[in-house]
Amino acid sequence: MKVSDVVEALGLQVAAGEAQLSREVLGGYCGDLLSDVMARAKPKDVWITIQGHQNIVAVAVLTEISGVIVCGNVEPEKDTLDRADREGIPILRTSMTAFGVAGRLAALL
Amino acid sequence: MASEPTARVLTLSFQVEGQNFRASGEAAGRIKRALEQVGLDWSIIRRAAVVIYEAEMNIVIHARRGVLSAEITPDQVVIVADDEGPGIPDIALAMTEGYSTASAEVREMGFGAGMGLPNITKHSDEMRIETEVGKGTRVTAVIRVGACGDGSRAVSDCSQGSRG
Repeated sequence: MKVSDVVEALGLQVAAGEAQLSREVLGGYCGDLLSDVMARAKPKDVWITIQGHQNIVAVAVLTEISGVIVCGNVEPEKDTLDRADREGIPILRTSMTAFGVAGRLAALL
Repeated sequence: MASEPTARVLTLSFQVEGQNFRASGEAAGRIKRALEQVGLDWSIIRRAAVVIYEAEMNIVIHARRGVLSAEITPDQVVIVADDEGPGIPDIALAMTEGYSTASAEVREMGFGAGMGLPNITKHSDEMRIETEVGKGTRVTAVIRVGACGDGSRAVSDCSQGSRG
């Protein structure tokens, strides 16, 4: 499954990293503590979070995840989106809760 | 602590500014790319990435400034975070998972969960803290190439391996 498939199935808004939507998705990780995500997320996961500041991009790059779903209608900072575009990390927005996103993603995978 | 010096040594060093959350993670990203270019095994890069990121964030969160460096040889990756900052009054307490002195503001960003130093310990083969209250802290972590599954404390990470 590709990031673009997740975008379509869950009706996500692509806020940044549009050029990288063909990345493969193998799993997901849900969390807002960056150290926890650093230690546990796997490459090609999609990361579900309510954090919208630009450090999520650094964590995404270092963990080699395929994209970040910022949920709960959180508006990612402009710096986050600029950095994500530079680093090629898809940032996807939704009004769904983390629980809702995780449930639907789990059903897809 | 170090093994015999080898002919091939790559040293990278970056200044890290305290409280600058905008630039945080950049030094870690650059060191990770260097590890990839050197061609180290994915599991070693993965462990090093966690250690480097946590070491960098410790400087950003707690110190005024510091230097993050990585010495890469065919045998090991040595990561040193040397900062000018408050120091650690009680290392045992600081090593306790969940304990943190980070501010509420920093915690809201998802930092300061008291996982930084424990994460460094878990993902390295050797870790040392030298600190002086009011002066600063130096954290040294060693990741041995090929040590995974053989005395490594990050065996679980080894078994996860790379996907695909």
